[in-house]
Amino acid sequence: MSVTVKIPTQLRAATGGEAEVEVEGATVGAVLDAVFDAHGGLRERITQDGDLRRFVNVYVSGEDIRFQQGLETQIDDGAEVTILPAVAGG
Amino acid sequence: MSIESLKCKECGSSFELGANYFCENCFGPLEVSYDLSGLDATEAKRRIQAGSQGIWRYADFLPFEGRPGDPLEPGLTPLLRADRLAEALDLDAEVWIKNDAANPTHSFKDRVVAVAVAKARELGFGTVACASTGNLANAVAAHAAAAGLDSYVFVPANLEEQKLLATGVYGTNLVGVRGNYDDVNRLCTQLAETRPWAFVNVNLRPYYAEGSKTLAYETAEQLGWELPDRVVCPIASGSLFTKLGRGFQEWLDLGLLSGEMPIFNGAQALGCSPVATAFAEGWDVCRPQKPDTIAKSLAIGDPADGPYAVEQARRSGGAIDSVTDQEIREGIKLLAETTGIFTETAGGVTVGVLKKLAERGDVGAGERVVVYLTGEGLKTLDATRDTFQMHEIDPSLDSFEAEFRQEVAV
Repeated sequence: MSVTVKIPTQLRAATGGEAEVEVEGATVGAVLDAVFDAHGGLRERITQDGDLRRFVNVYVSGEDIRFQQGLETQIDDGAEVTILPAVAGG
Repeated sequence: MSIESLKCKECGSSFELGANYFCENCFGPLEVSYDLSGLDATEAKRRIQAGSQGIWRYADFLPFEGRPGDPLEPGLTPLLRADRLAEALDLDAEVWIKNDAANPTHSFKDRVVAVAVAKARELGFGTVACASTGNLANAVAAHAAAAGLDSYVFVPANLEEQKLLATGVYGTNLVGVRGNYDDVNRLCTQLAETRPWAFVNVNLRPYYAEGSKTLAYETAEQLGWELPDRVVCPIASGSLFTKLGRGFQEWLDLGLLSGEMPIFNGAQALGCSPVATAFAEGWDVCRPQKPDTIAKSLAIGDPADGPYAVEQARRSGGAIDSVTDQEIREGIKLLAETTGIFTETAGGVTVGVLKKLAERGDVGAGERVVVYLTGEGLKTLDATRDTFQMHEIDPSLDSFEAEFRQEVAV
């Protein structure tokens, strides 16, 4: 399952400047693991003790994964995963 | 005070002062940090009292080196004693209403936007933007117009008509997004990465949020440099709620005020109550919700400062409650009938929660309670539709007497 993961500007130092990362994975958790395998500096910034940090939002094709099955959310081929800070708005 | 840096509220990392809002190490929110040393309470008070009749009298506590120019200065809104409201709720307490509808665009959002627009100009931005549930849209469009900046205002397309009209009039680029506020907010977070704009509540959020502290400063100054015992405040993102706390704390630390921090009571609509739910469940995160409430200005299902609002309510010995849409309508009416103030749905939420606290016996005898009304009833007129009847008569004495005969007979 090929998936595009969008990386926020502030984290691109950890991806060698790449705004998008192409990886394989059937669930959000697997996709993120694949991203971390490719860019080790991201794991600690995005997760803590295996869970997403509390101010990290992850969307699959625009829908917050907390309204789906969280890290277990299934990913369709060609889907887009977006990582965004949860500290905007209001 | 001098402004030092942007500091992560989660991990404490420091960042340069710029258009930056989250920590690249842990994604935590950034907050402006100040150097308190060198500011003496007596001198601070003198500077405040010699200042303008608006929020810039508190410029020493805002994220600027000097006092910015502002063509549309908000602030110094009325703090009114509401004895008839207290009586109606059977409260043996001093109830005060801070009516922040008395701002240039009729909501507390003028405070945060005045600060954000001044910062946008200082940082050299030519365009300001926002993700809004309505009141912020009005404020951004107006303050951008006054400052001569371009603006883009993003709102859920199904917003109250009054709030759309009161935004478009300022000549902004009004964008109605087919989705809820959280969809709008996500889109703006993405746009903030690709457009060279100052999104007041995204990339300028650390500065913007500081504007809410002025509500705490004003309350204390208007109470004769004293703290209230309790505050009742609406919660959408939780930013106002937490910044009220920060404002009071800064003045306590400086010695401008003495005594205890107030008890913090938060108010949400049941149809969008992620923060009240987290409080009730004892969580340290807020599980997002899909909003379904008439209180659209509070309809944020994924509140950025929710965890901090929960912590503040707990730490202060307060609570975060929610009320139904019916209780919101009743709250608007109760306030109007006892104080002469017509508030919007968010105010109905706040008054509804005050009523709940009164019924639960949470408010002690003699307590001084400040209730924050953040917006104007004329912007959410639908909430009062069908809550009363008009007497329609012919222009004759007979017609009037016929209509009111019974009341005269009594």
